[in-house]
Amino acid sequence: MSTTTLSPLSKARNESAARSLGRRRKFVDSAVKWLCLAATVAGLFFLASIMGTLLWRGLESLSLNTLLTEFKPTSYGEDTAQAGGLRHAIIGSLIQTAIGTVIGTPIGLLVGTYLAEYARGSAFGNAVRFVSDVLLSAPSILIGLFIYQLVVLPMGGFSGIAGALALAIIVIPVVVRTTEDMLQLIPNTLREAVIGLGAPKWKMITLVCYKAAASGILTGILLAVARIAGETAPLLLTSFGNNVTSLDLSSAMASLPIAIYQQANSGFPDLIRIAWSGALLVTLGVLAINIIARAVLRGRH
Amino acid sequence: MGSMTEQTTASPAGFGGMQARSAEALNTQARISVRNLDFFYGTNKALKSINLDLPDRQVTGMIGPSGCGKSTLLRVLNRMYSLYPGQRAEGEVLMDGRNMIDASVDLNELRSKVGMVFQKPTPFPMTIYDNIAFGIKLHEKLAKSELDDRVEWALSRAAIWGEVKDRLQSSAMGLSGGQQQRLCIARSIAVRPEVMLFDEPTSALDPISTLKIEELIDELKRDFTICIVTHNMQQAARCADQVAFFYLGELVEVAPAAQLFTAPREKRTQEYITGRFG
Amino acid sequence: MPMETQSEHIVRSYDEQLRKVRDMLARMGGLAERQVNDATVALVRRDATLAAEVIGRDAALDQLEREVESFCIRILATRQPMAIDLRFIVTAMKVAHNLERIGDYARNAAKRSIVVAQQPTLGSLNGFSRMARLVQENLKAAIDALVNDDAEAAARVWGNDEPVDDVYNGIFREMLTFMMEDPRNITAATHLLFIAKNLERIGDHATNIAETVHYAVRGDSLPDERPKADSSAYAVVRPPE
Repeated sequence: MSTTTLSPLSKARNESAARSLGRRRKFVDSAVKWLCLAATVAGLFFLASIMGTLLWRGLESLSLNTLLTEFKPTSYGEDTAQAGGLRHAIIGSLIQTAIGTVIGTPIGLLVGTYLAEYARGSAFGNAVRFVSDVLLSAPSILIGLFIYQLVVLPMGGFSGIAGALALAIIVIPVVVRTTEDMLQLIPNTLREAVIGLGAPKWKMITLVCYKAAASGILTGILLAVARIAGETAPLLLTSFGNNVTSLDLSSAMASLPIAIYQQANSGFPDLIRIAWSGALLVTLGVLAINIIARAVLRGRH
Repeated sequence: MGSMTEQTTASPAGFGGMQARSAEALNTQARISVRNLDFFYGTNKALKSINLDLPDRQVTGMIGPSGCGKSTLLRVLNRMYSLYPGQRAEGEVLMDGRNMIDASVDLNELRSKVGMVFQKPTPFPMTIYDNIAFGIKLHEKLAKSELDDRVEWALSRAAIWGEVKDRLQSSAMGLSGGQQQRLCIARSIAVRPEVMLFDEPTSALDPISTLKIEELIDELKRDFTICIVTHNMQQAARCADQVAFFYLGELVEVAPAAQLFTAPREKRTQEYITGRFG
Repeated sequence: MPMETQSEHIVRSYDEQLRKVRDMLARMGGLAERQVNDATVALVRRDATLAAEVIGRDAALDQLEREVESFCIRILATRQPMAIDLRFIVTAMKVAHNLERIGDYARNAAKRSIVVAQQPTLGSLNGFSRMARLVQENLKAAIDALVNDDAEAAARVWGNDEPVDDVYNGIFREMLTFMMEDPRNITAATHLLFIAKNLERIGDHATNIAETVHYAVRGDSLPDERPKADSSAYAVVRPPE
């Protein structure tokens, strides 16, 4: 230590340097703030214009008729007044989404539980977690292809159950992730408190951990439902789509996204209008699920 | 204070209360005897050849700087460490003549005999009633009325019955920190253990809640053998009959509280409790 | 032998406070010694002015005791001392009290010496000088033991009260003899008896101090029974036939 540095406090503060530093800080601060605001406005603008167009074009032809009638063929030359509806697609979507959720959720829940409660830090657990995360971001057309190979080809044709299975595979990683994250949030002392009372581990998980993580897990499931409700690509290769209302899981089944895809491409103005209202329906459905999920999460915390 | 007066009348010579109390701490029979206990976190030896008796229906306080092994010892007593791979104990923890470290011991049964209360209150996310009933249902099949009685008994012993009796069906998460901690104590008592372990039970509580817990511990020692880990030396001095000082995984000194805090034998104890530790 | 040296507290101001208590006690001890000394000198030299000074100075000792006491209470309240620190603080309060009592006895002796000075001389008063010297030595040794944390020295002081008692017994007999020889001696002899008793009590307080110092340093008490040689309590006087 030299004699010149007595203590960090002994040197008098350089007031003008401090002021110029302060000005710089202020400038950077406001610059960052305005950049963030500009990005937000840009993002909101596109979102709002999508929503606006959707509402304007969708509401134009949305009527009870759209919900209650199924596809009606149409041709040039006839009056382009809308005749058909989307009943077949709505019912198909509901069936496939429900079955996909029912199959995918328990699997995802158990895998997530395994990762959080049994496989912490184990190599196998890490591998499972990695695969699940890859699956979470995999292009959904790949999942369609996978089910096409595994189910559609052996069964000899497109089927509703194949579509539901494809959706289930999309549900699994979403539920795995949220289940694991929510269980990880539970403090270890709570687990030890249950174990300390003399409870076996499975009771600890089912009676206490799931309760503590319930709202988070439920939110995850709802988000997974929202995600598969709007999926098109995997259904294209599995349930394919159908123009009549079908409850038969072993044959091709309609769904809203596929109906939108097909009718928007048809070139008939009335069908294109129906496609718009279908798009609006899907969007409103997903929006509703998101809002419910948020409400559930808030209600518990 | 009640026990003090009893002892004073029992010893006619002078104000012998304190001495009678500490002598008693040494005389009563050990509920748990720890013999030559070593403990390992992986390859790291956290406890070195510990020998300690927990006298029946007495409070044993464990003090020492962070990482000295006192909490580790507590977690050996109810085998909590068995939850975690890589942690193992060697030696003997004798209770009713059995070595509780032994692999053949039924852990759930052991934990029903050795209850534990943690640093942070850990109410389960369910109703107050269910919190207490949870542990009872694990070990006993009781009729509804018996279960109700047991829940009331446990809550009363934990001095919280009066505060919660009108809202047994509301969530335990809505209680204050001090109430939650007493609820956790009630939950442990409900299982009717023989030994109660307290791991810094008041470090997250305000002074008044702390005193309530201390009063409770004093009351509970009539029926339970108690072991309390604390960073608060005044608390150890107030609550404990016998105090053990741990340092770097070793049991440096164990003595009646009155002696350890006024005239410890070991220099390391003295330096720690007087605030001279480097 | 000074005890194992204590390392410093983590909180430095705590060390400073404990040092301050030690300093206050050393000052009180010095003042008490001086009071005992001056009271005896005033008696032997029949110096009423010095005796008056002793009486006047006692208030300072009382004041010091109050200061030590309130400072110790403050430490108890704010630091919650433990083990050796706790024993030291409690000892400090006890020592301060003992020193204050010593001051009271010295003042009382000084008061009586003024009366004695107006009476005819009785003997040489050498015994008083000796007794005062012994008592002062013990008192000084006890205070030194406190300041140096020296339990051995304290134990020596504690066992060293016998010579004081011996001298006291001698004075007691001497004074009885004076009184029996001539009733006119009774006033002076009675006062002198009380002065001797005061000195003897001062010696007892010195051993009390030594006893508490021993406890402060070691943590265990000395045995209840102290070697005692004060036999005056059993003395019987028979007038000449």
